[in-house]
Amino acid sequence: MMVLLYLAAGVLFVLGLRGLGSPRTARRGNQIAGAGMALAIIVTLAYLTDLNPSHLDLAEAATILWWVIIVGALIGSAVGAVLALKVKMTAMPELVAAFNGFGGGASALVAFAEIVAVGTIVATNAPYATETEVTVALSIAIGVVTFSGSFVAYGKLQGMITGKPVALPGGPFFNLVIVLLMTGASVWAIGFNEPLGYWILAALALVLGVTGVIPIGGADMPVVISLLNSLSGVAAAMAGFVIGNQGLIIAGALVGAAGFILTVQMSEAMNRSLANVLFAGFGTEGAAPIDAGDKPVNSATPEDVAIALAYAQKVIVVPGYGLAVAQAQHAVRDLATALEEREITVEYAIHPVAGRMPGHMNVLLAEADVPYDVLLDLDHSNPRFPHTDVVLIVGANDVVNPSARDDSTSPIYGMPILEVDLAATAVVIKRSLAPGFAGIDNPLFYMPSTMMLFSDAKSALENIEEALVDL
Amino acid sequence: MSPEFIQGIVVFVLAAFVGFEVISKVPPTLHTPLMSGANAISGITIVGAIIAAAFADGPVAIILGLLAMSFAMINVVGGFLVTDRMLEMFKKKPGAKK
Repeated sequence: MMVLLYLAAGVLFVLGLRGLGSPRTARRGNQIAGAGMALAIIVTLAYLTDLNPSHLDLAEAATILWWVIIVGALIGSAVGAVLALKVKMTAMPELVAAFNGFGGGASALVAFAEIVAVGTIVATNAPYATETEVTVALSIAIGVVTFSGSFVAYGKLQGMITGKPVALPGGPFFNLVIVLLMTGASVWAIGFNEPLGYWILAALALVLGVTGVIPIGGADMPVVISLLNSLSGVAAAMAGFVIGNQGLIIAGALVGAAGFILTVQMSEAMNRSLANVLFAGFGTEGAAPIDAGDKPVNSATPEDVAIALAYAQKVIVVPGYGLAVAQAQHAVRDLATALEEREITVEYAIHPVAGRMPGHMNVLLAEADVPYDVLLDLDHSNPRFPHTDVVLIVGANDVVNPSARDDSTSPIYGMPILEVDLAATAVVIKRSLAPGFAGIDNPLFYMPSTMMLFSDAKSALENIEEALVDL
Repeated sequence: MSPEFIQGIVVFVLAAFVGFEVISKVPPTLHTPLMSGANAISGITIVGAIIAAAFADGPVAIILGLLAMSFAMINVVGGFLVTDRMLEMFKKKPGAKK
């Protein structure tokens, strides 16, 4: 019966994930998945006496430490709820990374609890299956890498750790050595029944999470978070093998597969392989100083931009991370409303990797009540730019860089871009000429048809709107 | 290998295929909430955490169980809440246009 109830929870997860795939059913889907989680928790509590680990004797198995469960649940719920309800929509990617880290950490801890038991078993010479020991090692390795990797990703997105790729001594080989050492520690732990090996494995995994993520540039963090999300699923599934629980295996495998698909799609959106994202240290060689000083730039005032917009018939807004940083989603919506009142068509072109994770811009614009039928994806945007009067680029850079299309020597050559340079006028709202995450110059800024408005996104949009009203 | 373990591998492989099939048709708009929702589901490790906490023998095991419980619960509660918060805003949109 218990197994069937876990299966029911698994079915709810599948239905929930499917619901999350369509805008109309997404919220419902999340609630269904949440119901599945509640079911899994209730089943576990209800059948707790049957779930006692096999290594315990009857007296030990009869004692359930309710206070440990309750105290842990209260702490976790409080922290989780406060973080979830307080976070600003712009900081969403970081928060997903952090939650992910906690999930991976929890899976590793479940396996650790098993090691403590393994210690007892080894001492009493009770049989302990090799395959279970392998899954203990995998839970620890994957869970701990997810834990430390997620918090490095968090730090990079928060700006606590440099967003630039940090080169490791020996490059990718550095991490290869750590992986080999981890394999060695696992063999020691499993083959020689030496529990200390698991602790060494965990310490090495902690290092690997850091050294694995730190060489990757901030621009690639969405891909990394997605991959870590996938890994946290795999870690949960491995923990399921450890404790012989099919509920964990089902849900963990689902998330592992889902996260992996998403990861591959994101890499493809940047026209790069996953291996290239993870190991190329993207942006390190492009970090050479950019001599923008001597090139002519068409600098504009908010009034200039307002005039250009007032005479336009069709405007497309290209939002980027700068919009998120400046919390300018409401300002952009207000400006769009003002333009629509003048019977100017306003649409939004969303690059797949705009912001720090896919769909990031959609979430932000949704927060500002922008209807989703005016949000265009890459394939629908590009045919429209040649017929567009003004493109308003708010805090985006690399995703509108024509070098990706024209310059085969550019590090981002081949990445699909929004071809804003084909529009009659491109207005770039940006704080400075500083390069984007990819660390390369953008020829768009020096084109005669481009107007540069150097300002914070939010105040720029507000100033343009004011100037528009005064016209 | 024990029959239970082999059964576990069967379940793992089949569930992974279901995951591939269910996810591959999601529009990019929903990638962020999807990632966040999937992340909440990976909090299923709470089941393992409950068991680890319930049957902890000795102080080290109790600390591990307590940490596992808190971490998993942060993932579960935070994950589902934050996903709901995001999607709540998606839902408002069609109405906002009219």
